[in-house]
Amino acid sequence: MVRDSVVRIGLVLPDVLGTYGDSGNATVLRKRLEWRGYRAEVVDLAVGEPVPSSLDFYLLGGGEDRAQTLAVSHLTANPGMQAAAGRGAVVLAICAGLQILGHDFTGTDGVTYSGLGLLDVRTTPGTGARAVGELLTTPDPALLATSMTGFENHQGHTQLGPNARPLSKVVYGTGNGDGADGAYAGHVVGTYMHGPVLARNPEFADLLLGWAIGAPLAPLEIPVIEQLREERRRAVQAMANRRKRLLKF
Amino acid sequence: MDVPSGHLDGELPTRTAAAVAAGNLAARLSKVAGGAGGIIGGRVTLALDPNALARLCKDRTVALVTGTNGKTTTTMMLAKAMSVIAPVATNHTGANMPDGLVAALSTDPTAPVGVLEIDENYLPKISDAVQPAVIVLLNLSRDQMDRVGEVRHTERHLRTAIARLHNTTVVANCDDVLVTSAAYDAPRTIWVSAGGNWRGDSTSCPRCGMRVHGGATDWYCDCGFARPTPTWSVVDGKMTSPTGESVELRLRLPGSANEADATLALAASTHLGVPLRPALERIRTITGVGGRYTTLVRNERVVRLLLAKNPAGWAETLPLLAKSPDHPIIIAINGREADGRDKSWLWDVPFERLAGRTVIATGERSADLAVRLTYADVAHQHVPDPYQAIDSLPPGAIELVANYTAFRDLKSGLSNGS
Repeated sequence: MVRDSVVRIGLVLPDVLGTYGDSGNATVLRKRLEWRGYRAEVVDLAVGEPVPSSLDFYLLGGGEDRAQTLAVSHLTANPGMQAAAGRGAVVLAICAGLQILGHDFTGTDGVTYSGLGLLDVRTTPGTGARAVGELLTTPDPALLATSMTGFENHQGHTQLGPNARPLSKVVYGTGNGDGADGAYAGHVVGTYMHGPVLARNPEFADLLLGWAIGAPLAPLEIPVIEQLREERRRAVQAMANRRKRLLKF
Repeated sequence: MDVPSGHLDGELPTRTAAAVAAGNLAARLSKVAGGAGGIIGGRVTLALDPNALARLCKDRTVALVTGTNGKTTTTMMLAKAMSVIAPVATNHTGANMPDGLVAALSTDPTAPVGVLEIDENYLPKISDAVQPAVIVLLNLSRDQMDRVGEVRHTERHLRTAIARLHNTTVVANCDDVLVTSAAYDAPRTIWVSAGGNWRGDSTSCPRCGMRVHGGATDWYCDCGFARPTPTWSVVDGKMTSPTGESVELRLRLPGSANEADATLALAASTHLGVPLRPALERIRTITGVGGRYTTLVRNERVVRLLLAKNPAGWAETLPLLAKSPDHPIIIAINGREADGRDKSWLWDVPFERLAGRTVIATGERSADLAVRLTYADVAHQHVPDPYQAIDSLPPGAIELVANYTAFRDLKSGLSNGS
């Protein structure tokens, strides 16, 4: 991709999948491109409007059960994102977004709904307490060298099939519920991390941007992001220590 | 509506009277020991008599005030308005869970009117017990989702609770889609067009999930759920009542959020029999609410304290800040349990509008804010200690916007000369 062209980032259904601040991921992508001299544009893809297949990036955020079924029916009727994913466009889906990319997901009402089938995953409601809190993971070394940090808030238990790889291994938190967090296949990626995930994990943002542009990007030095990551790691450490102490007594 | 005459301590059922006496004693002891008193007293009373709340409200006219933002302000306004016709018991300190309510009612057992701020997630339990004359529903938006869950769940719980109250009038802001849905099935409603700058939680229909069309004053969904016609409204500080009378509110509290709260309070007090003009006169005497909008001085810095703890609160605060373009801004963000530990919501606030201002990020979670401001292209300093942040600015006026515990700590710290 040449620098003159515009990288187009689609925010998929922000009106129903916009509950958890995940639209910040679009802001992060756009600014990281602009700071390096690329042009970028964020396009809101609202419910009821067609979904173009021509974008470079598709972002799906968190939302509640009903929002998920509405999103699936809209995206099934307007399959622009699936067509784009088929030709290698980047799809990043968070939490409820991850769940709808799978084959199916079972809501808290016990009903199983069809998903979009872009990722080889299935989600059922977890049996334990809702997973709420900091999530710290070690990503697949084929993707990233540094740890990933985020905040999770969900009830879902996500199981991967043979055609999806876990995005990361859980160090602290719940993630998918089986010791891993998220899934990826090609350029389609899902995670349970809010935060937003790309604000807390700049290397991850640049990995995805590199896929969209077709070339790796040199890192940007932004010390306050490293400070935030270190702070969150320390917070997790403190919670883990407290938990150990509680277990001892 | 007739306001019942007050009852005496002795007219409470014996168990409640004894429990209240024990609670008041505990509160006094706590104050002697340096505590705030109120809540411990309420806890003692509730432990001795679990039905104390219902009994303490039984012979009073009770109004409950709930919503995400503006509860404390509206409660104070409505209590002031009601005081025109009768003594009022109220939890003006913002202690809005059952123990705080019992504490407030116990300290004033003879007041014939109760005006109570209620945490929106406790409303169902409390309205069942209290059977209020009026519920004032202000607004509903995302807030502390890691602690209380999604706002749409809250709306559905409120909806169910309100539908089973047969003798309650709901005064509700019909410009807020979620509030309207919560109040829609009530037997009696008074709709108020109170506005609101945050639409982020009203984009899809709470009844069918589809997209909501239109703006604050003409929204509708294709399923038929639509904005009701209000009988009260407020636009740019001018309030119109059901008689068609227009009044300039001229509050001493700044901004449109306070004008919305005053209009809702006046709609409620009018329904409860208070003449409009004297009610408004009383509301106008309010200059600060629990330290909000108060200015405190530290080393020649004149700090105005503002509370904003979620995107909807910030949607009201940003226009306020725009009115003092020369004042530097300090933003204090904490992430304790009471604040919500998830700071993702900072990305739902259009901080981009602060570009060009002098901005300092402070507080225990200021790194989250500093990253957000960086991506908003807002030049800023990052000074985690709020007192150092204040001192780093030249003498003069400062706008300090803080979330819940940061606000609380700074209010007491600055008041005590820290």
